[in-house]
Amino acid sequence: MDMSFSPDDQTFRAEVRQFLQDRLPERLSEKVRLQQELTKAEIEEWHAVLNEKGWLAGNWPREFGGAGWTAIQRHIFDEESALASAPRVLPFGIAMLGPVLQKFGSKEQQDRFLPRILNGQDWWCQGYSEPGAGSDLASVKTTAVRDGDDYVVNGQKTWTTLGQHANWIFCLVRTDPTAKAQEGISFLLIDMTSPGITVRPIVLLDGTPEVNEVFFDDVRVPAENLVGEENKGWTYAKYLLTHERTNIAGVGFATAGLAALKRIARAQQAHGKPLIENPLFAARLAEIEIDLMAMATTNLRMLAQAAAGQVPGAESSMLKLKGTQIRQAINDLTRRAVGPWALAFPSEAVEGANDDLPPGPPEAAAATRAYLNNRKLSIYGGSNEIQRGIIAKSLLGL
Amino acid sequence: MDFGFTDEQTMLGESLARTLERGGDAAALSELGAGLALMTEEAGGFGGTGRDILMVFRTLGRAAAVTQLLDSVVLGAGILSAAGEADLAEAAASGEARIAVALDEPGQRYDGKVSTRAEGERLTGEKSLVPGAEDATHLIVKTTDGLWLVEAGAEGLGLRGYALMDGGRAAEVTLRDTPARRIGDAALLDRPLAAAILAVCADALGAMEKAVELTTDYLKTRKQFGRPIGSFQALQHRMADLLTEVEQARSAVWNLAGNLDTADRDRHVAATKSLLGRVALYVAEETIQLHGGIGMTEEYELAPLARRLLAADARFGDSDHHLERFIAASAA
Ligand SMILES: Cc1cc2nc3c(=O)[nH]c(=O)nc-3n(C[C@H](O)[C@H](O)[C@H](O)COP(=O)(O)OP(=O)(O)OC[C@H]3O[C@@H](n4cnc5c(N)ncnc54)[C@H](O)[C@@H]3O)c2cc1C
Repeated sequence: MDMSFSPDDQTFRAEVRQFLQDRLPERLSEKVRLQQELTKAEIEEWHAVLNEKGWLAGNWPREFGGAGWTAIQRHIFDEESALASAPRVLPFGIAMLGPVLQKFGSKEQQDRFLPRILNGQDWWCQGYSEPGAGSDLASVKTTAVRDGDDYVVNGQKTWTTLGQHANWIFCLVRTDPTAKAQEGISFLLIDMTSPGITVRPIVLLDGTPEVNEVFFDDVRVPAENLVGEENKGWTYAKYLLTHERTNIAGVGFATAGLAALKRIARAQQAHGKPLIENPLFAARLAEIEIDLMAMATTNLRMLAQAAAGQVPGAESSMLKLKGTQIRQAINDLTRRAVGPWALAFPSEAVEGANDDLPPGPPEAAAATRAYLNNRKLSIYGGSNEIQRGIIAKSLLGL
Repeated sequence: MDFGFTDEQTMLGESLARTLERGGDAAALSELGAGLALMTEEAGGFGGTGRDILMVFRTLGRAAAVTQLLDSVVLGAGILSAAGEADLAEAAASGEARIAVALDEPGQRYDGKVSTRAEGERLTGEKSLVPGAEDATHLIVKTTDGLWLVEAGAEGLGLRGYALMDGGRAAEVTLRDTPARRIGDAALLDRPLAAAILAVCADALGAMEKAVELTTDYLKTRKQFGRPIGSFQALQHRMADLLTEVEQARSAVWNLAGNLDTADRDRHVAATKSLLGRVALYVAEETIQLHGGIGMTEEYELAPLARRLLAADARFGDSDHHLERFIAASAA
């Protein structure tokens, strides 16, 4: 057994580390470290730095302008980025739509859209979920009816992450209402500036408007924006979901989160000693760390399988389940580590105003909000209950 | 044995719930006598037992109501009447005066140690997380040698306010040679603080009960895969576990209510606050999860309840802090 990375991978890791040291603005990493929300401009700024280096789309083949990394290189990049508190690369264009267009899109679609994802001209969002279609995604009702050279789209999408910044949305729409649920769905690219689209923000538990409702009222979409074949959208959607689930374990985020938690626990005092020396707290921290070590190894074992050419299947469900549980446990303990100062809840409107600074250690203000926001980890991208169902069915045959 | 409420308590609970439903404000609550129900007869009220506190706060918790009753009455008026400050205590209970209690200090994580000190009749120091301080007419300040009363607007008194997770507000308080009057020893805090912890726990119990009800209703109506999600056994079992834990919480609150004035009070305070904190977090997390995306939104009723449950754990010592206290009390 050899658990070490190859010399090439180690060289690559050193290169990534150096690059992050040289090019990641302190301003951005500081915000990420304190779990503050990044602005649209800041996210775009980091994308541009990565793109200049040719590293924005690690998962894309070189012919499309990607870095063509192996699964292990991608893992190394994600891990180092998280450890350096780099902003995460937004998944919608890079990890989700890109691979679908590369595999199923027309040459025209590839030429038109892929470069614009890389150079930041387009900001994509994901229009899958609807009020009546969450876990049961195949029941989408938004319709697209062919009318001459256009589709006319009517309906509503919801939970659209960062849709307020997007100028394009990729949608699952129903093109054949008579077919069986999965069979009448198409995959359509829609310009968000088209007449008839309304975006309404939804404020989450933590006070941030991270998601949106998107309404379509007789929106005309050129038929050339259909990806692949009509009524075959479910196949593409499923392909996209397997890509959505890369880096699903979030080992880098968890490792960075744990390091931040330890910093806080060293600074906080309990009974006149650093909190990290408190036996009860130390035990809780240790249990999470032990869990994370094992999960990181599960992740590497699966990467090694992938590198050996095996397609990871339902195992990714275990990574999603355990990975989100560990990250949520870290968020929970971080909130507890800041003690009573977790009670302060600076609202968006007043944050940063000098006369309204929250009390306690600098991480305290973000701790509760990060905890609340990350309750989403076990809900979206296929909820943890759905993952348990997949594990029971595909791995256990139950 | 009797685990029930008196007719008066039941009636008060019902009218309180109706008033809160109609969006009743502080004046409406005073009119009902909610404050006086939290005070003993000797202190000018008509209640003040553990069971009264339980009834009032469980009702407030269900409605996620933001009031001054905990800080100004249970804690503030409670300390004042123990200190023999009957007039001000009654004024607080009826809502005419508003008391903020300044116990914690920056960097002092639940330990209750203080460094604010008195020189002559003047206080100097810093207090952290003082709920209701901005609206208070008076502050009770814990110093190295006891409890002191400071009037709002006193010389050298500085406040910096901010929002709290449960919808209320608190402030950082600075005292610079601020005139004050000593009202007694820190030991006066014992019973009012235990009563306040009971109030927080009863409040959390109400919030949990409501959160579980909302979730049950949701599972009956939300359809996915062509049927109500409540028909999935995986979710039924999760709800069964939730209900069982809430039952545990209910008993823990009843225990504390019944032991508020017994010799075993401290151990019950520690046990109840530890269990309630743990169950409150569990209920908040599970009810959000079972709602899916809706559970993550601010506009749905669950949001203030979930944040209130987190706040309940963080106030007056979290579940781990009280677990340590329980271990210490049980070893003795
Ligand atoms: C913050 C956030 C961001 C999101 N971003 C996007 C986005 O950008 N684009 C997009 O298209 N979608 C997005 N989503 C939507 C997300 O994918 C859905 O919320 C998710 O699929 C769950 O669907 P639902 O909310 O309708 O919950 P439901 O499907 O109604 O589920 C409710 C509860 O029932 C459980 N459940 C459902 N079915 C079963 C079953 N068969 N067995 C056992 N348990 C079951 C669920 O696990 C959950 O606990 C986002 C969601 C959130 C919260």
